[in-house]
Amino acid sequence: MDPYLNHSGKMENMASLNSANSALHFETEPNYGNRISTNGTLGMTQTVQPDIQKTRKISEPGPTSVDPNGFLVVDNVTKVYPTAKGPFVVLDGINLTINEGEFICLIGHSGCGKTTLLNMVSGFNTPSTGQVRLQGQPITKPGPDRMVVFQNYALLPWMTVTDNVYLAVDSVYPDKPEVEKREIVREHLAMVGLTEAADKKITQISGGMKQRVSIARALSIRPKLLILDEPFGALDAITKEELQEELLKIWSDHRCTVLMITHDIDEALFLADRLVMMTNGPSAKIGEVMTIHFPRPRDRARIMEDPEYYDLRNYALDFLYNRFAHDDDE
Amino acid sequence: MVANAGTRTSGTNFSESLRSFWKKNGENIVLPIIGILGFLVIWQFASMAQLTKLPPPTSLWTDKQTQELLLYPFMDRGGLDKGLFWQTWESLKRVALGYTAAAIVGIGLGILVGTQPKVNKALDPLFQFLRMIAPLAWVPITLIALPNVQTAAIFVIFITSVWPILINTTVGVQQIPQDYKNVARVLQISPTKYFFKILIPSALPYIFTGLRIAIGLAWLAIIAAEIVMSGVVGIGFFIWSAYQNNYVSEVLLAVVYIGAVGLLLDRFMAFLQHKILPTDSRS
Repeated sequence: MDPYLNHSGKMENMASLNSANSALHFETEPNYGNRISTNGTLGMTQTVQPDIQKTRKISEPGPTSVDPNGFLVVDNVTKVYPTAKGPFVVLDGINLTINEGEFICLIGHSGCGKTTLLNMVSGFNTPSTGQVRLQGQPITKPGPDRMVVFQNYALLPWMTVTDNVYLAVDSVYPDKPEVEKREIVREHLAMVGLTEAADKKITQISGGMKQRVSIARALSIRPKLLILDEPFGALDAITKEELQEELLKIWSDHRCTVLMITHDIDEALFLADRLVMMTNGPSAKIGEVMTIHFPRPRDRARIMEDPEYYDLRNYALDFLYNRFAHDDDE
Repeated sequence: MVANAGTRTSGTNFSESLRSFWKKNGENIVLPIIGILGFLVIWQFASMAQLTKLPPPTSLWTDKQTQELLLYPFMDRGGLDKGLFWQTWESLKRVALGYTAAAIVGIGLGILVGTQPKVNKALDPLFQFLRMIAPLAWVPITLIALPNVQTAAIFVIFITSVWPILINTTVGVQQIPQDYKNVARVLQISPTKYFFKILIPSALPYIFTGLRIAIGLAWLAIIAAEIVMSGVVGIGFFIWSAYQNNYVSEVLLAVVYIGAVGLLLDRFMAFLQHKILPTDSRS
């Protein structure tokens, strides 16, 4: 329990510091950069050279071009919805290249088109102009190679935990023998720690367990890309942290590519290799992309002790709440 | 000795469990009985005080002919002269046929309409129009359109009870959460599997609601249909002929049968609903 207490205590400190100091203090304060280490590891803060700090940037502006050979390429994507009052531009010229095995988090205010972008990657929606490509293949419809972990779990409540996962395995690998499919289900439920609950109905298990089933189902079909739409938004703080750690462990074992929407900066900093920050809609763009250098495997307590953590966190907070503040309450 | 002791213990257990049962359900049993008795007493006094021409409830026993019907529900003197059990049984058989047809057509058509928005647009006004027609209004039409009285009676039941099944099934299919559809799309589930694993289970609570409303309507319709389609064995026509002959207490007895059967049918559907549907998705 102690790490949690420490953790939340620190967060409050930082939040108040941030609100008191709303300017871009990491650039205006000359000494501030001293605390940023070059490689993100702990204990290096004293030896950093001053001229490196100036060139070292926390975040890059949104890319204007893509690497055509990237694993997942969002190539100049625009999404426009026709409305009675004329065309409504949701996303305007999104460029993003994701490498194989990367963990990408997407952050931005509600209504900025994060989910629209995600839906074009999963194939539920298609771009008005531009293209989304996975390994060079344009994405036109949903498919099991881009499995989604839905915000509301999207499990079938009349089935057991096992049957929910089995339905996925059976649909994607109809030709595998029954025994093998059962084994895949068993293995993935064990991976998320649900062996005991395997025969329970979905309605009998908690929210955290439901999201575990959803993750097990998604991974059981071995997707090339795992898409998560705010997967832990509805969970309590402790369950959320447990699941983040499990997700990270599973990801490092599976080495799949992950694209995840989140509202939680701490979650993104703990999980992601890169944090994609979107500007407000309409006509949302990728504002900046922050690279998160913490070494893996990550340990939450150690990351929290790293001064760079707070630089990144404050930078992201500043991006969301000062530079691209949301006008209306969510 | 041992056996004795055993018996005593189980005896105490039995009376104890009886007591706890009574504590839990006593009110549920006593209060309805008080309600029904109160109703009957008021009716009895109203009749005795000549406030209404309707005979009192005790006439079911005091009237010789009705008493015979009350005591011998299984009698069969051939033709239309049968006990009330057989009259009800004949009506129930018609209801079963008409209701089964309504369930098949209603669920089938409901799924089609629910999954195909264009079909829905084409047929919805027609359905809304037809479902407003009372069972009695269908009787003359069906008597002309269909070859015999039996088929006409079954058709009237069908046409009365099909609408709630059809409309509820349509809504149930339309209300399948987008999340489930998205799962099916991303997993590229085959249409057959989608139908049995997602569509049917998801719409089932709505379908059952429709089926439960429909069983009541089907039973209402048989009475209406038989009253007009004279000359058939059935509880509806029994009421009609009793009324024609001014055997009012026989009408009362038949009404008790009708109410009881209607209640049993509804309880039966509720039981099925309870058995088949998981607790939380029941509507």
